[in-house]
Amino acid sequence: MISAILVMAGIGLVLGGVLGWASIRYRVQDDPLVEKIDAILPQTQCGQCGFPGCKPYAEAISKGEADINLCPPGGNDGVKRLAELLGVEPKPLGAGMEPKPKAVAVIDENTCIGCTLCIQACPVDAILGAAKQMHSIIAEQCTGCELCLPPCPVDCISMQVIREDVATWKWRYPMHMMKRAA
Amino acid sequence: MSRKLFPFNGGVHPDGHKEASNATPIRAMPLLPRYVVPLRQHIGVPARPLVRAGERVARGQMIGAAEGYVSTAAHAPTSGTVLAVEPRAVPHPSGLFDLCVVIEADGEDRAVELQPLDWRNLDASALRNRIRDLGLAGLGGAVFPSYIKLNPGAQAIHTLILNGAECEPWITCDDRLMRERAAEIVLGAEIMRHALGCASVLFGVEDNKPEALAALRAAAPADMEVVSVPTLYPSGGGKQLTYLLTGVETPTGGRSTDVGIQVFNVGTAYSLYRAVCLGEPLLSRVVTVTGHVAEPGNFEARIGTPLADLLAAAGGALPGAVGEIIGGPMMGFDLLDRVAPVTKSVNCLLVKDPRLFPARPAALPCIRCGACARACPADLQPFEMYWFSRAKDFGKAQSYDLFDCIECGCCAYVCPSHIPLVDFFRYAKSEIWERERDKREADQARRRHEFKEFRLEREKKEKAEKFAKAAEKQKATAGTEAADPEEARKKAILQGALERARLAKEGVTPKNTDNLPAAVEKEIAEIDARRAQAETRPESGESTP
Ligand code: SF4
Ligand code: SF4
Ligand code: SF4
Ligand code: SF4
Repeated sequence: MISAILVMAGIGLVLGGVLGWASIRYRVQDDPLVEKIDAILPQTQCGQCGFPGCKPYAEAISKGEADINLCPPGGNDGVKRLAELLGVEPKPLGAGMEPKPKAVAVIDENTCIGCTLCIQACPVDAILGAAKQMHSIIAEQCTGCELCLPPCPVDCISMQVIREDVATWKWRYPMHMMKRAA
Repeated sequence: MSRKLFPFNGGVHPDGHKEASNATPIRAMPLLPRYVVPLRQHIGVPARPLVRAGERVARGQMIGAAEGYVSTAAHAPTSGTVLAVEPRAVPHPSGLFDLCVVIEADGEDRAVELQPLDWRNLDASALRNRIRDLGLAGLGGAVFPSYIKLNPGAQAIHTLILNGAECEPWITCDDRLMRERAAEIVLGAEIMRHALGCASVLFGVEDNKPEALAALRAAAPADMEVVSVPTLYPSGGGKQLTYLLTGVETPTGGRSTDVGIQVFNVGTAYSLYRAVCLGEPLLSRVVTVTGHVAEPGNFEARIGTPLADLLAAAGGALPGAVGEIIGGPMMGFDLLDRVAPVTKSVNCLLVKDPRLFPARPAALPCIRCGACARACPADLQPFEMYWFSRAKDFGKAQSYDLFDCIECGCCAYVCPSHIPLVDFFRYAKSEIWERERDKREADQARRRHEFKEFRLEREKKEKAEKFAKAAEKQKATAGTEAADPEEARKKAILQGALERARLAKEGVTPKNTDNLPAAVEKEIAEIDARRAQAETRPESGESTP
């Protein structure tokens, strides 16, 4: 048990180190507008906008090559914030782009054959596993992009909607009657 | 006694209704057949369950362990059997279920062995760890884990304030506790002083509680000061009481510890005394049951007592009751399910009747009269925050220091247009919190995505280098001999192997596919099509089928 914890902690440290190093070493001097747009996009990396990820979409917007209402996970709120940033009129999301409720992918561990195809598809490395081993998804890191669903040869990945709990519950918009002043 | 006070701005004088419940001594509750102990009773990370259904537990046994830094433990209120560890109704404005340990009492009320602590000779950090495992959390309402608040940290604490103001109307649990158990509260304050290493100790009690003031004065040593403060809601707010007693203002967005002052509720001091001097975990608290009930009063209720049982102990609601509030009328929330239990944060169960709690009249437009700003004890401009919260312009609402709002309800209390201002502030705050959560998650996803791209890039480079090296080596050994035919042969073999693997994979068809209903046939066809599509996707550089 102790050794397992130590090994995991060691791996965590090493990966963290690599991450930190990489973020400094490979920092790209980006266009500040692209950065700002990218900061508004939800980073789901799902490609529903027609681009291979949020950053490419941000680049396309900054060049005026793409409209601002193509990201369903960002929702109308995201469109509004993009419009504010770019100083244009907000518009509704594109047709057929209603945002779905937030979800995470879950692997049916009895069916998984350990083919690693989903690992390669996952844009944020949220899937753990090795060849011929059962895989599992780290729920906190899954963005719900659904990119791991089509490659799975045995269809063992499904999306589970995240239900709100006491910690994430939000006070609702107060529904109060506004009486007209007579 | 003649301490100079520093009145805060604003505040209101709602009817106290204290006499409804403060005349009778604290009553003990009978042992109940069943208790439901939530694992999330405090601010922070819920406790991690330590027991499973079917296990036997004893009173005081830890059933949930503190998990992470901001967390504290939970304990069995009596001996018995764990019926379930599952989501149950909890006292929360959402009405959502949360993870609870359900315990069926065996009637013996057998306790684990308690270990009193020799706190005067215990170093502060060991003391704090014990306090964390004894489940201590602030009983004044915020339920912040006490062991963290007892850690002076970087900023030395010079003054400890014990909050016995109890400014909310109707609630009298602290009043009764101070009257009946002042000596124990003072001992608890001694322990706090020891842990914090501070010099000065002040008790702040509203002057509508003369008996409590007298009892504390009789119990407190000469180096602790018991201060009577004018009755004005919300003098029991942490920042308000701090200013009132010391004249020190808590900075915007900060805590009183930033200015060297720590505030604890008197009930927490009492529980700390029990935890340290008797070794007893936080197993019970005093709860006021008042309003439209047969025998209002205060009860020593075990944590996990279903509120329906608590209500029954007070003789039940009188006919015509129209629901209950958890907490007081100013800051409380409506109880949605009476099976929810008493938790560390439940200080009052207030039964409403239509006469004293009429339905809120319909709101009128804001006339910008400024009454709310004059009443606000946090010196905010509620009408501005309301305007922007209503328009969902959260950035602007925040720029008016929305997060300094203590949700005391003074603004809504005085608003001539009956606007439920606090509801808007709570709404705006939780929207902002969610955005911050989303932002954190997005940032994490961005970092992970960038790292994955970096990793792929690196792997590609490494492979290319390896290939280049191998090719060079081959060239060196093979000399001038043309590598082309050899290369082509190898490629063909590789291609053949890949093709065979692909066919083999396609060949894996389930055996029982005869005589299937049309719908299933169709589904299979769809899945196959999807697979074929997935297979022809350009990526998948180096799959290991
Ligand atoms: S649709 Fe939105 S979340 Fe998905 S990749 Fe495009 S910008 Fe990112
Ligand atoms: S696990 Fe699947 S759904 Fe989740 S982020 Fe990875 S690819 Fe997307
Ligand atoms: S008290 Fe009510 S009406 Fe007056 S300014 Fe404030 S919100 Fe507007
Ligand atoms: S609820 Fe907030 S805004 Fe209203 S009076 Fe209290 S602190 Fe001020």
